[in-house]
Amino acid sequence: MSEQIASAASAAAPAAEAAGIHKQFGSTQALRGVDLTLYPGRCLGLVGRNGAGKSTLVSILSGIYPADSGEVRFDGVPAPPLGNVRAWRDRIATVFQHSMVVPGLTVAENVFLGRQPRRAGLIDWRRMREQTRQVMAEWGFQIDVNRPCADLTVEQRQIVEIARALAAGTRCLLLDEPTAALERGAIERLFARVRQLTASGVAVLYISHHLEEVFEICQDAAVIRDGELVLTGPASGLSKDDLVTAMVGPDAAAMRADLTRAGAGRSTAAPAADRGAPLLVIDHVSAESPGGRVRDTSLQVRPGERVGMTGLLSAGVSTLARIVAGAAPYESGRVLLDGKELPPGRRDLALRAGVGYLPEDRQADGFVSALGVAENSTMTITDWLARLAGFLRPQTRAAAAAPLTRALSIVSAGPDQPVGELSGGNQQKVTAARALARKPRLIVAITPTRGVDVASKTLLLAELARVTAETGAALLLATDELDDLAICDRVIVLVRGERFTEFTEPPFDREALIAATEGMARDAAGGGAGKGNASTSARPAGAQPAGHADSPPDSDRQGTP
Amino acid sequence: MSEPVDSGATAVADRGRAEVEAVLQGRSRRTAAVSLIREAALLPVLVLLIVVGSLVSSAFLTVSNFSGIGEQIAALGVTVVGESLILLIGGMDLSLEGTYGLAPMVAAWLMVPVAEFGSGTKLSPYLAIVVLLAVGATVGLLNGLMIVKGRLNGFIVTLAMTIILAGLQLGIVHGNTLFNLPSAFLYLGSASIGAVPVSFIFAAIVFIVVGLFLRYHRTGRAIYAVGGNLSAARAAGIKVDRIRIGVYIAGSILAAIGGLIEAGRVSAVTGQQGFQEGIIFPVFAAAVIGGVSLRGGRGNMVGAASGVLLLGVVQNILDLANTPNYWIEAIDGVVILIALILARVIGGEATAE
Repeated sequence: MSEQIASAASAAAPAAEAAGIHKQFGSTQALRGVDLTLYPGRCLGLVGRNGAGKSTLVSILSGIYPADSGEVRFDGVPAPPLGNVRAWRDRIATVFQHSMVVPGLTVAENVFLGRQPRRAGLIDWRRMREQTRQVMAEWGFQIDVNRPCADLTVEQRQIVEIARALAAGTRCLLLDEPTAALERGAIERLFARVRQLTASGVAVLYISHHLEEVFEICQDAAVIRDGELVLTGPASGLSKDDLVTAMVGPDAAAMRADLTRAGAGRSTAAPAADRGAPLLVIDHVSAESPGGRVRDTSLQVRPGERVGMTGLLSAGVSTLARIVAGAAPYESGRVLLDGKELPPGRRDLALRAGVGYLPEDRQADGFVSALGVAENSTMTITDWLARLAGFLRPQTRAAAAAPLTRALSIVSAGPDQPVGELSGGNQQKVTAARALARKPRLIVAITPTRGVDVASKTLLLAELARVTAETGAALLLATDELDDLAICDRVIVLVRGERFTEFTEPPFDREALIAATEGMARDAAGGGAGKGNASTSARPAGAQPAGHADSPPDSDRQGTP
Repeated sequence: MSEPVDSGATAVADRGRAEVEAVLQGRSRRTAAVSLIREAALLPVLVLLIVVGSLVSSAFLTVSNFSGIGEQIAALGVTVVGESLILLIGGMDLSLEGTYGLAPMVAAWLMVPVAEFGSGTKLSPYLAIVVLLAVGATVGLLNGLMIVKGRLNGFIVTLAMTIILAGLQLGIVHGNTLFNLPSAFLYLGSASIGAVPVSFIFAAIVFIVVGLFLRYHRTGRAIYAVGGNLSAARAAGIKVDRIRIGVYIAGSILAAIGGLIEAGRVSAVTGQQGFQEGIIFPVFAAAVIGGVSLRGGRGNMVGAASGVLLLGVVQNILDLANTPNYWIEAIDGVVILIALILARVIGGEATAE
């Protein structure tokens, strides 16, 4: 399909090319033979799910790390050696998702960072300010060049980064999710700038999670999946459904079959539990968090119910789960377990109230690597194990850990082997054992299968399903691994920190889930596969979700704008 | 691609498990052996030092000399236990030397008449010891609150604290030394049972009790968890803040007791005791030489005790060898560095870091 682009832009030679790029990290094949071409005066929109290889490709195109094989060319000339940062910056400029301006320096200093004009070996301040002013004026940016960047807004800092690229005379610009931190108005202005840039002949690679943006400003679109470019072509010839289908992949059908089969093993407790009072009530909770904010979100979970939560990286899914587990504070709202309020950010109290917790980052929060398997598994129940004056025997600990390690098939040299020596899968099982040891009434699990091999993954999910079915515990599963949601009774999708939609009827349609995480409710009539299982009425595609979507049935709706 | 959630995966795991276990069995035995070597890492060094000592002086291998070593290291030892606890939770307390000086000074000041630079309240020695413990607890509580609740840097907090404490120590007695202390107050640091100093017995008991506590008590285990991975301990529902503050308090109380032993040994409380004589250096050195990690979560009382013994024996040999006074500190420093290197070489990665 790349010929189509070539023909459309046959007048111009490529500004940047990546040919046959392979990249491997440890045992993970991040990129497998990617060919990507950027033409002057055109904007290429690159989309793909988390972990598809977008960031790796950006890093290789920016000269941050080398490709294992393949070549990067600028204007037909092979890229400079990796260490030659200056030469790379002359050819391609990248505006990363996270700001790369130095807050303590002025706008002019940041624009000329590392390439300040000099006179007699000293920085020529006058010329630097003058040239910065010129660039700003030329592109219609209105920022005082003497202001320290710490005083600038996110949008202005982004302009500084773009100005840096323009001042270097770069004809190739990479924008990595530039709208993630911007307000609506700023996004519009950014789009105007991108159009202005492409009109002047700059080649732009635009990476985004929001598909509607691609159609708004890009001439071409490309989809990356599992390290391969699976679709490239002019944006005008593609629909959103084409992109979503390409992002999900041809195995979607097989996936659906899997989900159906797994769904058959779902809890039977759920329908019966409908009559019971809610175990967990999240009542209009809002929180600011670097991992994604949560805005006025409500949710109820009944005993024995398994509720999945999913969304994009910064959609607030893990923040909300951490709040319920008592591992993160929140600013407003309430979290109630059995009608009793859980104090914000008090993990110890949440544990005693009956909340088991599988944290997102197991290396950081999951276990103490120097301590043994038994000790880590029973860390949540030392008060149960201790006898005389708080002393406990290692044998008691090992005995208490044994049923847990058996149920989760934890492979270790014995109860005393430090968990740091175990494989990732077994480490995660130890973290799960620790969460389940106290017989929780509510299990909060965040991406419990991330980075875990297939056998361990299935085992972990099966164990979570078994425990909830047998003990009547509820499960709140926050994950971006859509396969994992198969064990859930319903799935909540968060977009930009708010409840966007809810899927109540398993099996959950993979494409509909992905579309929802991108902020698009799929047209139920158009998507026959959806079986109409999204409980919300379909929103117009690309609509900005406003307020909290549907409130749980019992909660008042006074917060709805 | 996910398999259906059924027993198939369990079967897969079971099949692999037998092989893996066979491999790990051998590894476990090796791990056990390594940890034994680590705990006894300093034993060969101690034996070597005793040989050297007996060559240096015929007075070395005598009961009275060893009883002297025991008396000398008791105060250091009890303070090292306090510092080790704080290191285990991933903290660092420079103010233990300030407490080591100030606590006995306040207690002595309350017992001694005005004519001998005391306050004139003539407190009973038993109450004075209670005051001494209270001073330790207060300093520890202040440190703990500032570091844990106030999120201030522990290094700077305790550095400031040690200077404040040392200033108070000189201030309340205008730099004078307090003598003529009641014998009940001096008992712990000066008495002997036969040839064995009471202070040595006391220090040994402290090491054993704290060692058992760390190994078998749930709070002791929580100390390892907090020091090994604070956020994992918090995620497991451990009351992390309470434990950290508690450990700062316990450490300072132990340092105050160390100061009490030292006061008993020299029958006086001087303005130099603690900060001015720079006791914090041997305290840290003994703990680290003994394998207590400055990064937290690693180390035990067996190691800490052998670190203290080693420093005591080295000090004793230098004394017996009639090392010129002006050179003794330089040699002391070199010897500590050598001990650290030896501990690292013998004990491997985890020690002396």
